[in-house]
Amino acid sequence: MKDRNFHVRDDKGSRSFAIVGYSVMTIITIICFIPFWLMLMASISDEMSILTQGFSLIPRKISFAAYKSIFGGFSQLLRSYGLTIFVTVVGSAISLLLTSMTGYVLMRQDFKARNKVSFFIYFTSLFSGGVIPIYILYVKYLNLKNSVWALILPCILSPWNIFLMRNYMKSIPYSLVDASTIDGANDWQIYYRVILPLCKAGLATVGLFVALTYWNDWYHASLYITKESLYPLQYLLHRMLSNAEYMRQAAASGALVEEMAAPSETLKMATAVVVTGPILLLYPFIQKYFVKGIMVGSVKG
Amino acid sequence: MGNRETSGIGKTLSRKSTFMKNKTLWLMLAPTIAYFILFCYLPMAGIWLAFTRFDFRLGFFKSPFVGMKNFEFLFKSGIMFRLLRNTVLYNLAFLIGGNLAQMICAVFLSDLKNKRFVKVSQNIIFLPYFISWVLVGLFSYALFNIDNGVINSVFRSLGLNTYNFYLKPNSWPPIITFFQIWKGLGYGSVIYLSVITGIEQDIYESARIDGATKWQQVRFITLPMIKPTFILLIMFNLGSILKGQFQLFYQIVGNNGVLFNATDIIDTYVYRSLMVNFDIGMGSAAGVFQSVFGCILVLSVNAIVKRINSDLALF
Repeated sequence: MKDRNFHVRDDKGSRSFAIVGYSVMTIITIICFIPFWLMLMASISDEMSILTQGFSLIPRKISFAAYKSIFGGFSQLLRSYGLTIFVTVVGSAISLLLTSMTGYVLMRQDFKARNKVSFFIYFTSLFSGGVIPIYILYVKYLNLKNSVWALILPCILSPWNIFLMRNYMKSIPYSLVDASTIDGANDWQIYYRVILPLCKAGLATVGLFVALTYWNDWYHASLYITKESLYPLQYLLHRMLSNAEYMRQAAASGALVEEMAAPSETLKMATAVVVTGPILLLYPFIQKYFVKGIMVGSVKG
Repeated sequence: MGNRETSGIGKTLSRKSTFMKNKTLWLMLAPTIAYFILFCYLPMAGIWLAFTRFDFRLGFFKSPFVGMKNFEFLFKSGIMFRLLRNTVLYNLAFLIGGNLAQMICAVFLSDLKNKRFVKVSQNIIFLPYFISWVLVGLFSYALFNIDNGVINSVFRSLGLNTYNFYLKPNSWPPIITFFQIWKGLGYGSVIYLSVITGIEQDIYESARIDGATKWQQVRFITLPMIKPTFILLIMFNLGSILKGQFQLFYQIVGNNGVLFNATDIIDTYVYRSLMVNFDIGMGSAAGVFQSVFGCILVLSVNAIVKRINSDLALF
């Protein structure tokens, strides 16, 4: 069947294609990876070598001083860790409950208003009052300044997550809903006993998207939180990067007294590693849910 | 059910009975509807703030009304022009650069034979999507700061003069664009990859039999097949061209006034007028302009797409 000529030509094309492809992708991959590597290496570098010679890809002198001062009694980071875990868990749980209930109602074909409700939700992504009215609502009328709810409420529901969830639920055969109705199950039971157990991948995906949003959120803290005890991790890191004051506070709390020079650059990097650590550790296991989610989400609703 | 009911009473009755029938469903929906009313629809009334000189103590209802003054100031002072120019040009760069980079990645990743390489590469490219913008800011600082940044360290070791990026506005558009593309590369290439893997293998097979090289297959099959997705993504993102990437800009350049001419976008301006300058009226005016014209843009883009192919329209 295959004639030789054609084989040779095909080979030539694929060889140059492969050479270019591997080179381009190797470069892109390295560019994506280098900042992470730099952060990790800087965090275990000696402070003086960074101050005198700058950041480098291989530490000139290894030192764990930064990690020692992070875990040596400096409790703000631990407190922020606890707060961030709390916000992430509670926020994601509420979000999953509301998002899945909404997704379920919107996939019910006998729910006549579903298109109207969908548009009611969708419209909020087309038009918004903007940051300032929402800020005034939170601070002046709901009194949520320096409340943990100011960190949880803003990210609970998003149109994108709701439609993603609905798309997942739509892939469940609808005859199951009909059959359960005939069997006498009520709307709530169908949701709880039939749809949810069949929609675990959807719940995992949406849950992970929401959890990642909560974990990485510094923005709402910058708007609503001024009390240090309520700083979430990312905002703590942000303050640390933008604020030299942070170092003085840390020194005053006694954690860094034994160090000759306060390890400010390495401390920044080590904090960044500790703050991002959970994501990097979980990444290999959760990555596939995000890929799936992007594909299901890009299907038009 | 009384489908042919014509009398008004019959209609209300049947509407009421469908409501009763769906009572549980409406109850399940209630928290969501309440949420969107409270946090999305209610703040829409805040457009009013753009026409006032807002005073936090007087609150929403009692702040003095100033008509179009805020807008007048924004346009006459040239601030609005700068904000609009920056927002639109950055978004165009993000959009075109981002999509091209994503397509290149998807084309190669879908076709390289070493599956291990592809997997590792894909995983690493997706990694930046998962980190916070704070970390992006830290990375940019570690690369570009004058004292110990990587670039300046390299300059120093080569005996070159150091370059203070944080004082040179012109150096930031490429840097900011780079980080935006860098962070979104993995996400976007997943979309293109899923389109490419959906292409029938038979098409490639017959092209191969006709003697098409790999490059020709990419050029005449893959690229035309992902073109509709490309155009669609560009179109819809053109609709949101007034929406700025606040977190990207704020984390990379912060409140560095030296750079504003090249780095200030509508969103950073609004944030600053809220948190730094306390000039609520002015910030609201810029925000309202963005929301209203942004919405008009999305609606127009959608109308155009609908005319071309109604299946592809968003609503």
